[in-house]
Amino acid sequence: MPSTKRIESLRLEGITKRFPGVLACDDISLEVGAGEVLALVGENGAGKTTLMNILMGLYQPDYGRIVINGEEARFRGPSDAFAAGIGMVHQHFMLVPNMTVTENVALGLKELHHPFHLDLASARRRIAEVSERHQLAVNPEAYVWQLSVGEQQRVELVKTLCFGARFLILDEPTSALTPQETDELIERLKRMTAELSVIFISHKLGEVKALCDRVTILRQGRVAFNGRTQDHTSGDLAALMTGHEVNLPRNACVEACGEQRLKVSALMVRGDRGNLALNGLDLELRSGEILGIAGVSGNGQRELADALAGLRKVESGSIGLCGEEIANRRPRAIIDAGMGYIPEDRHTEGIVPSFSIKENLVLKDFASQRFSTASFLRLERIDENAEELRERFDIRASSTATSAGSLSGGNIQKVILARELARGPKVLVAVYPTRGLDMGAEEFIHAQLLERRAEGVAILLISEELEELMNLSDRIAVIYKGRISKVLEAPEATRRRLGMLMAGLADE
Amino acid sequence: MSILDIIMNILAIGVPFSVALLLAALGEMFNQRAGVFNLGCEGIMSMGAFLAFLPPFFLKTGALAPWANLLGFAGAAAAGAVLGLLFALVTVSFRAPQGIAGIGLQMLGWGAAGTLFRHYVGGVTGIGGVPPLPIPFLSQIPFFGPVLFNHNIVAYLAFLAVPASWYVLFKTPWGLKVRAAGTHPRAADTMGIKVTRVRYQALALGGAMAGLAGAYLSLCQAKMFADDIVAGRGSIAVALVYFGRWHPAWILSGALLFSLAQALQLSIQVLGIKFPYEFAVMLPYALVIAVLAFSRRSRLRGPAELGKPYDRETRI
Repeated sequence: MPSTKRIESLRLEGITKRFPGVLACDDISLEVGAGEVLALVGENGAGKTTLMNILMGLYQPDYGRIVINGEEARFRGPSDAFAAGIGMVHQHFMLVPNMTVTENVALGLKELHHPFHLDLASARRRIAEVSERHQLAVNPEAYVWQLSVGEQQRVELVKTLCFGARFLILDEPTSALTPQETDELIERLKRMTAELSVIFISHKLGEVKALCDRVTILRQGRVAFNGRTQDHTSGDLAALMTGHEVNLPRNACVEACGEQRLKVSALMVRGDRGNLALNGLDLELRSGEILGIAGVSGNGQRELADALAGLRKVESGSIGLCGEEIANRRPRAIIDAGMGYIPEDRHTEGIVPSFSIKENLVLKDFASQRFSTASFLRLERIDENAEELRERFDIRASSTATSAGSLSGGNIQKVILARELARGPKVLVAVYPTRGLDMGAEEFIHAQLLERRAEGVAILLISEELEELMNLSDRIAVIYKGRISKVLEAPEATRRRLGMLMAGLADE
Repeated sequence: MSILDIIMNILAIGVPFSVALLLAALGEMFNQRAGVFNLGCEGIMSMGAFLAFLPPFFLKTGALAPWANLLGFAGAAAAGAVLGLLFALVTVSFRAPQGIAGIGLQMLGWGAAGTLFRHYVGGVTGIGGVPPLPIPFLSQIPFFGPVLFNHNIVAYLAFLAVPASWYVLFKTPWGLKVRAAGTHPRAADTMGIKVTRVRYQALALGGAMAGLAGAYLSLCQAKMFADDIVAGRGSIAVALVYFGRWHPAWILSGALLFSLAQALQLSIQVLGIKFPYEFAVMLPYALVIAVLAFSRRSRLRGPAELGKPYDRETRI
């Protein structure tokens, strides 16, 4: 049975962890007191998650120690961390999808594990207690795969509290939530600090300022800053996080729209579970326009992108690209019709990781006259093409013969962008183009998209980041349950309004 | 012979045919639920069949003779568990690719059993085997008696193993851990479940059951040992687990379907029906392939991480 002693102070001292080829954490120290909320901020790869996995006993540090209430603690596994009262809600939820909520909680409650009997009744009681005390409603009999992302997160919180956590680590908890759900979570966490201490990992500085007393900023595995949140503006913190001033470009919304390029009407597409993920979706896109698609993930974004790229069967409805019907055509035909595509999963759909950069850059054109003759590749032209694009798109690699899979996320995205944009598409579909990228790469990609817009490319931008949508789009369409529920002109699209629409509430 | 007699005959032959498949497939189900598929099932069955054959062969007289069959089963289960643990060492600890390692184990078990048999026994020799145990009264019921209640003790136990496996998998803490280890090992790990240990345990259990399945073939079904006694049943058992979507009840139905098709094709030959016997022999295998091809492959309820080694310190 875990001890119930309050955690008055928790200190990490000089934590260092090396992975093959990367120094993920370099002599990091931080401290959290009772009832305090510490924000741990940093870009991707700054070492935040690694550090927290060390605190949970999932990774062993190479150097450094964990000190709780003045005593050194050694965690050989997560059980030891639970016993000390530390719990973590991971960014990628740690729930087993084909088990019920109760079973997921029971999995971690060792005292309910009798040799031939699993005491699910006690687990259910424990869930009821916790969800009542913290006002976290969950259905204990639901299978996890049936739940939305927001519900799964509540389950994660309940689960962690059921294990007796008195010190909570939240790893980017708002990344998949609507603005309303985010506000709700922040209110809930504020209430919970009466009993708990919290480490809140995020790179959204608005949330950090709303919730946290103190902030520790990590950059490239080291502590770059440590201080009180109220003494610094979000801009200051962003500069500290990235190491330079950040100026994300904005769409000036100068009218540049031309003729209609893409027309989708009454589109019906099935999701992976056989449900109708798109249920009569309509949209329209003109040249020189960026149309943002806002929505909570799982409302049909993936199916829409797949259908546009020809990767998923269209049940009914039509997709017209410059007047040509492309629904249910082969991807090759859609590409030739002028469709550019930046896929959601850049590692598995965007590149062939084991191919070199130059090979990835001609994946869509290697069979063309330009890059082959009589079924032999024209290697010198492929090399030239790669060198030219490397320069133009600022792809940072020692050579274009390097395998694309070894690049950082930002550079992989630049390879994809270079391939798609160099082909001069009429329509570009960009799905979460900056997800998981650092701010420098984000800045570059945004600038590229705006440049193409100015050249007259029609761009469909699917994103979860409202900032990104509001900065870039001419119009924002909200997708909800497989339909476009509303299209707003950029000036009328406020965070609040978008948030309501994304949650399926009526527009004011 | 009336049609009813023919049907009864097919069922009465088919039901005991399914026992070895059932035991092996239930064992394999535990392996796969924990995230490891063991193509070595065939090899473990060969070893089980061979080792189970030895006690009755050598202990025809003497104090231990009455216990010879039981010793055979115990030896086969133990050897199966050891081979399962060996497989765990290779695939879970050393993270070798499971498919290749499984084929290796298959050849190892098959080759070793055959070689040891030729060295210590030599030619084909019959043994007494396990006698049938008709259940009083129930076995006298017309039709159902011969089909269901006139088999040996192992067959009854194998059928009881179906609900028992269901209970273990879905109602015990160990079953919960097995399912979590195969579906989301990292989640299991973060909740303090020792994924490696659970996978070792599941592979030991699966191996022991495959060993018993082999023992059933030599002690109950063939009452002898030969090199090719398993004849692909181990591989069929692996296919049945996919066919049965990792659920004991569906695995039972798959095992029965295959065995009844086998009994049917034998009857076709025995009854002298004019049908090329080569095609009749193919029937059960073709049936399994057809069903596998047409069933929708949904991993929603199955082990999503099947076949992937787990490494805690891999960064996601």
